[in-house]
Amino acid sequence: MKNILFAFFLCLSSVVVFASGGSQAPMDHIETDFSDQESLQSGLSLYSNYCFGCHALQYARYERAANDLGIPNKIFEENLLVGDTKIGQLMSISMSSDHAKVWFGSPPPDLTLVARLRGPDWLYNYLRGFYADPKRPYGVNNVIFKDVGMPHVLAPLQGVCAEAPHLGVEPVVDPLSGNVVSSSGCSEFSSKGSLSAAEYDEAIYNLVNFLEYVGEPSRAQSEAMGRNVLIFLAFLFIFAYLLNKEYWRDIH
Amino acid sequence: MQKLISWIDDRLPIVEAFENHMSKYYAPKNFNIWYIFGVLSMVVLVNQLLTGIWLTMSYNPTAEGAFASVEYIMRDVEYGWLLRYLHSTGASAFFIVVYLHMFRGLMYGSYKKPRELIWLFGMTIYLALMAEGFMGYLLPWGQMSYWGAQVIVNLFGAIPMIGDDLSLWIRGDYLISGITLNRFFALHVVALPIVILALVVLHILALHTVGSNNPDGIEIKENKDENGIPKDGIPFHPFYSVHDIVGIVVFLFVFCGVVFYFPEMGGYFLEYANFEPSNPLKTPDHIAPVWYFTPFYAMLRAVPDAFLGVVVMGGAIAILFVLPWLDRSAVKSIRYKGIISKIALASLVVSFVVLGYLGVVIATPERTMWARILTGVYFAYFILMPWYTKIEKTKPVPERVTG
Repeated sequence: MKNILFAFFLCLSSVVVFASGGSQAPMDHIETDFSDQESLQSGLSLYSNYCFGCHALQYARYERAANDLGIPNKIFEENLLVGDTKIGQLMSISMSSDHAKVWFGSPPPDLTLVARLRGPDWLYNYLRGFYADPKRPYGVNNVIFKDVGMPHVLAPLQGVCAEAPHLGVEPVVDPLSGNVVSSSGCSEFSSKGSLSAAEYDEAIYNLVNFLEYVGEPSRAQSEAMGRNVLIFLAFLFIFAYLLNKEYWRDIH
Repeated sequence: MQKLISWIDDRLPIVEAFENHMSKYYAPKNFNIWYIFGVLSMVVLVNQLLTGIWLTMSYNPTAEGAFASVEYIMRDVEYGWLLRYLHSTGASAFFIVVYLHMFRGLMYGSYKKPRELIWLFGMTIYLALMAEGFMGYLLPWGQMSYWGAQVIVNLFGAIPMIGDDLSLWIRGDYLISGITLNRFFALHVVALPIVILALVVLHILALHTVGSNNPDGIEIKENKDENGIPKDGIPFHPFYSVHDIVGIVVFLFVFCGVVFYFPEMGGYFLEYANFEPSNPLKTPDHIAPVWYFTPFYAMLRAVPDAFLGVVVMGGAIAILFVLPWLDRSAVKSIRYKGIISKIALASLVVSFVVLGYLGVVIATPERTMWARILTGVYFAYFILMPWYTKIEKTKPVPERVTG
């Protein structure tokens, strides 16, 4: 009998161990942090300036983002809303998908849920994975998303990498000098951007952090509430256990 | 209060019903942890009904609006995210508790005479639950919703002669479309819940007629005291009601942990690919059903011929229905069965779980070979049962329950 149970749980656990493999290119890993409002605000600003022209966040509302990111509505309306857009509206864009299809081959996807679809690591590496490739219509290719239709919109910040960047590799340090010989990312640029490699990585981290937030804005509320619910259940367990014990004292 | 109760009781036998099903329903006193999953199924069922009703209030069952309305629930509806996660996690939890409940039945022979009808009602609930889960999965109208439904409905197309017309009739269109979504919505929120509720009532009425089995597989009604109360029985209420509260709280702790902290459960409870709206022109590279269907999906893929695959998959579920008539053992519980039964049950569990894993991952020739072997093991448990339960030597069953 015990053996059956044991075998049963052994099998269950093996399923968990096998979970979701994948033959992807190696990637750098990040931990997103939805409590870091400064990072989220910086991500929103980067998104508004570089991504929002083509990629809508059509399921999210400006006001919710403003409130969750700690941006006063007044300041948000003055600086981040264009034209007669109201703060209660959804974050849609004016580019029609028919036009976009002609220009890019396929319309740029809505990014509200992209972090839930692809995962933060994928985004973080994808946005650092562009490199010069004259064979492509926009002159760039990507190590994470081969032959992607998107131009390297962030080239003014990053520059353009001359060859495919190596991502997901441990930094190699020269043991004698202590200098970093090679690290994850681009090793040689064909044109320079305004940010250093470290600054660009941080900017992308902030952007991905923001996308992760916008994919599931309820996460912070959920975890705060979850803690209280679990504490309540733990207390309830004590009383339920004692009640049960009292009743069953005489049953043998 | 007492006056009100007697006023009602003169018109409707509520006191008698309470006694029959709670305070004077005598259950064996030796239930162990495996006996919690029945009541947990009820808890999850109530959760699904309540959260489902509230989700329906904000959901839009059209091809144009379904995906956006789910995100509207997640963002703009007060506590909509909680309702949705309770419902989506509840779907997986339902299958977890039902599978464990069924395993309990297999282990202690709860399907054997005189409980055949309980088993049949239970199996029908399981079948209705699979239909409910499948149709509910289409409603978010994501890529996996769409293509999962496409694959499953196409299975009916593999039936000779009537297949194409049948799948056309199910879809109501030449491909999965808003028409399919609308009818699945109707079936998911109205028809199937009514069927499931009715079956649950029958399942419990049948159970309370013959009485519960127990880990020893002893009929406690055969050993009664002078008042006609089974010596090894205790009233369900209060003893098992207070017992069940403990189990329910422990279950809720785990359940809420998932709901609040990792509702996607690593892509098993909510598949990542379903965060992309459905696109009939873009087939995903890898279509995997939700985890609770994957053992059967692995069997389907293991068979080279499409129609035979459907037959094998259907047979894997159908054969469970006749289980009460396959078991020829003199004893009910695995505790007193012989070694072959024990090995057979362990093999069944291993094959079912590993097939579940094989149904999640992409098929390779080696994995397909394993799926074939394990499909054989799965069926062997049932097909060989009349033989091995008859020839093996069983241990003597004690007179009274052993705790």
